[in-house]
Amino acid sequence: MEQTVSYTLDSTLETVDHAEEKATRIATELGFGEDEVMQISMAVREGAVNAVLHGNAYAPDKKVILAFERTPEDLVITIRDQGKGIDLSGIPNPLAPENLLKTSGRGIFLMRSFMDVVEIRPSQTGTEIKLIKHVHGPSAGVKEGSQ
Amino acid sequence: MSMKLSTRQVDGVTIVDCSGRITLGEGSVMMRDTIRDLLAKGNKKLILNLGEVNYIDSSGIGELVSAFTTTKNQGGELKLLHLTKKVHDLLQITQLYTVFDVKDDEAAAVKGFK
Repeated sequence: MEQTVSYTLDSTLETVDHAEEKATRIATELGFGEDEVMQISMAVREGAVNAVLHGNAYAPDKKVILAFERTPEDLVITIRDQGKGIDLSGIPNPLAPENLLKTSGRGIFLMRSFMDVVEIRPSQTGTEIKLIKHVHGPSAGVKEGSQ
Repeated sequence: MSMKLSTRQVDGVTIVDCSGRITLGEGSVMMRDTIRDLLAKGNKKLILNLGEVNYIDSSGIGELVSAFTTTKNQGGELKLLHLTKKVHDLLQITQLYTVFDVKDDEAAAVKGFK
């Protein structure tokens, strides 16, 4: 049985913290271990940063949609913004020697490091980031809700 | 827990004791301002004590890199002290661990400045 919870959030710095807190709570409730909870919450934080800063550019009329879906095998987290769409070809490899001392550009890399699957779908009406973590053990459910 | 910073002097070296979260927003800005102020006042031997830092995001990592390069560009030297496991692991993943001068012992870190 699939269970989903979703939130509609403003394009603010507070949203980044709230997204991280929700991810921490839900991942903990689903029975993930401490290290995995940290990985999931950090990946969600980085996804929310992308949505708020680079996608919606703090625009008050644009929202961030954050959804958590529990399937039998996975925790699937979707983060959607209403920006112009991220240019994936313009994202440098942060591990390349010439980029190692850059002060930004590690968010998507960290998401890919911490999650089992990361799918990024840019479009002219926004970017959707899907973060998937495989569930290894028994877990509790996620209730319907919105904010 | 938000970020807190305090500075102290030990044998001509400035140690910045950091606690809490170095993340996008207040934590990153506080770190940046503190390093800039210290360098502007001529403090060029810096140690960031991260022993009480329990969380850092990509923005926080960027601030550590910025602190390191800004200090170096001004003829100074910056070391990191007492990394927590989380920060240590993040610096390993991002391959920055070998870029920074990381120390576990404060007295040795202070003595190690040129």
